[in-house]
Amino acid sequence: MSPAAIVRVRDLRKGFDGQLVLDGISLEVSPGELLSVIGPSGCGKSTLLRCLNLLEIPDSGEVALAGHVVSRSGKPWRRSDEAAAHALRAAVGMVFQGFNLFPHRTVLDNVMLAPRVVKRVAGAREAMELLDKVGLAGLAGRYPTTLSGGQQQRAAIARALAMAPRVMLYDEPTSALDPERAEEVLGVMRQLDAEGMTQIVVTHEMRFAHAASDRIAFMEAGRIVELGHPDVLFSAPSDPRTRRFLRTFL
Amino acid sequence: MGVQRATALWRVQGSALALLLLFMSMASAEPLRWASDASSGAPYVFHDPADQSRLTGYETDLITALAAHLGQTPVFVQNDWDGLIPGLQRGLYDVVIDGIEITPEHRAALDFSTPYYRTAERIAVRRDAVGLDGIAALRGHVVGTLKDTLSQRLLEQAGGIALRSYDDETNAYSDLADSRLDAVMLDAPIAQYYAVPDPRLKLAGVPIGVLSYGIAIRQGREALQTRIDAGLEAMRRDGELRRILQRWALWTPEMAAFTNDASPERVAPVDWRHWLKATRPTAGWRQALARYAGFLPLIGQAALMTLAVSACAMVVAVAVGLLLALARRYGRWPLRVAATAYIEIVRGTPLLIQILLIFYGLPSLGIRLDPFLAGVAALGLNYAAYEAENYRAGLQSVPHGQMEAALALNMTRAQAVRHVVVPQAFRFVVPVMTNDFISLLKDSSLVSVITLTELTQAYERLSTTYYDYLGTGLLVGAAYLLLGLPFVRLARLAERRLAVGHPK
Repeated sequence: MSPAAIVRVRDLRKGFDGQLVLDGISLEVSPGELLSVIGPSGCGKSTLLRCLNLLEIPDSGEVALAGHVVSRSGKPWRRSDEAAAHALRAAVGMVFQGFNLFPHRTVLDNVMLAPRVVKRVAGAREAMELLDKVGLAGLAGRYPTTLSGGQQQRAAIARALAMAPRVMLYDEPTSALDPERAEEVLGVMRQLDAEGMTQIVVTHEMRFAHAASDRIAFMEAGRIVELGHPDVLFSAPSDPRTRRFLRTFL
Repeated sequence: MGVQRATALWRVQGSALALLLLFMSMASAEPLRWASDASSGAPYVFHDPADQSRLTGYETDLITALAAHLGQTPVFVQNDWDGLIPGLQRGLYDVVIDGIEITPEHRAALDFSTPYYRTAERIAVRRDAVGLDGIAALRGHVVGTLKDTLSQRLLEQAGGIALRSYDDETNAYSDLADSRLDAVMLDAPIAQYYAVPDPRLKLAGVPIGVLSYGIAIRQGREALQTRIDAGLEAMRRDGELRRILQRWALWTPEMAAFTNDASPERVAPVDWRHWLKATRPTAGWRQALARYAGFLPLIGQAALMTLAVSACAMVVAVAVGLLLALARRYGRWPLRVAATAYIEIVRGTPLLIQILLIFYGLPSLGIRLDPFLAGVAALGLNYAAYEAENYRAGLQSVPHGQMEAALALNMTRAQAVRHVVVPQAFRFVVPVMTNDFISLLKDSSLVSVITLTELTQAYERLSTTYYDYLGTGLLVGAAYLLLGLPFVRLARLAERRLAVGHPK
């Protein structure tokens, strides 16, 4: 185990109704790395991502993120566990497939709400800077439903960044968007990568995964089948399951 | 000489003592708090049809004269008929006078003064009716009466009579006039004031049975009972009782025999004539308008009470309802179970019983609320159960992704609920809440059982005086409508504001 890893997952297991969705996942992510997680539907990649910020509670195993550790060993989830999870979430932002912006607030308010509620800072200037960064400065006063999908997802990224996370998680961030709109979002993610943000992306965008990732993890049936450099994984996958999966995209 | 002086001295001392006692009794005189249901009609205790702010009736006159005898100031407390006795037992007032019959059943729970009036039951029929002049003749006919009265007992004993029990005598007589009933049997004073003046009706046969009215006193207040009996006795002896009853045309040979007062003195039945004049059907629309205009102050006051009770109750309902809904959706299991139990119990039991329980029942546990607070608490806690279910549905309608997004932004669950879920849920529930508030406005009529005079109480009072259900009903209905409309508009405004950012 490298001491430099900012995300460290050890033997993570999670079942739903008796069916094992994560079957012993171990993984390390270095600071500044962009890791893409790919795999067929139902392979557990979204569950893995949601376990990283404890939106999903693993049955057993350990998640360590930016110095916060949550260990599980099959016991009931207690108040102290919730406190540990809450501390961990301070270091990680998340972007959802369905954006999940707050419809009752303007774009600017969406970005400002969590800093105001959690950190008790107004942060209007910082929020405007973030909106400017994702190219939405002109739409700050609009309500989310009046925005295009790509604009909404970029607003969601700005909203997550407002909490100054050290790691960003993306759960199929462009699946609900047409290719043109998707590119707006992927562009922002590339920019963050260039700035040194650690990012973990669950995606079906193979071209983006190939071109932008430092490493790609291929999952199937709750396990990481193969993990490696995009070029290696795409051109010479070592596992037949990876090969079979990638063939469907070519 | 010495003896004479001593006697004179004693006399002086004696009258000084009497004066002292008088002053003491005046200084220490607490008011005599007496209750009645002034909407239950003439000739007992009611509001002067010609001047709705004036309380009148032969029992009003009687209790006023009695209070003077006791050296106390009479203070009237209005209460709904069904609440009169519970209120007495709760100690809200000292006595109840409202044509209450002295019966063994009543005696079990109450003490009574000696009877102040003795009367009988009378049968009223339509003017064209023949033969229905005795209880036996009523067999096979539809007969109306008031519930829990001697007349109801007599009619039930007779058997074979289709009995209709009413809460309100005017309803019985108007149903008789409208041929829904064949006869109405009620206490003679009621028959005299409602059936005799009605050209469509007449009395049939002779008086039936004997019943005595007494002043109801809470059990265990022997001193008060003794003083009241002494006062009544004095009023019988000095002819004051007779004069009052003569003014109301209620002095009967039976009363003369009962009180041993055969005085030939005649007092003109001025109050009876005033009643006949005031309730005579209005001839023109000008008079009708003038009469309705006279209703307005009472309706206005009652509307204010309705509004105040309802608005305060709604505030309670919204606050408690929200807490219950949050407990049910986000609480740990003991909270969830408690909230669910509360909601099911409150929704599953009648509001009227809850009001009576809070006002008349809680004092035995040491909790005494004044009528307004009790009304607000009862209505508010009741509606809280319904609001809770609305809010729960509202909370459930907010997509789960909203909660997840808030948690992912490092909000605590409580922060997420407060800043993200509840504001969005609110939008879903505003239309239902408007609905509930309007329904609460109308349900607030039930607080008339705990001495609050609100719109429905005013309606009963006014309509029973004139038989005028249509005009009074329209007036009071309009008052409810006017109270509700601003809230409907306010809710529309809120809906529009909350709809911001949501696709149509």
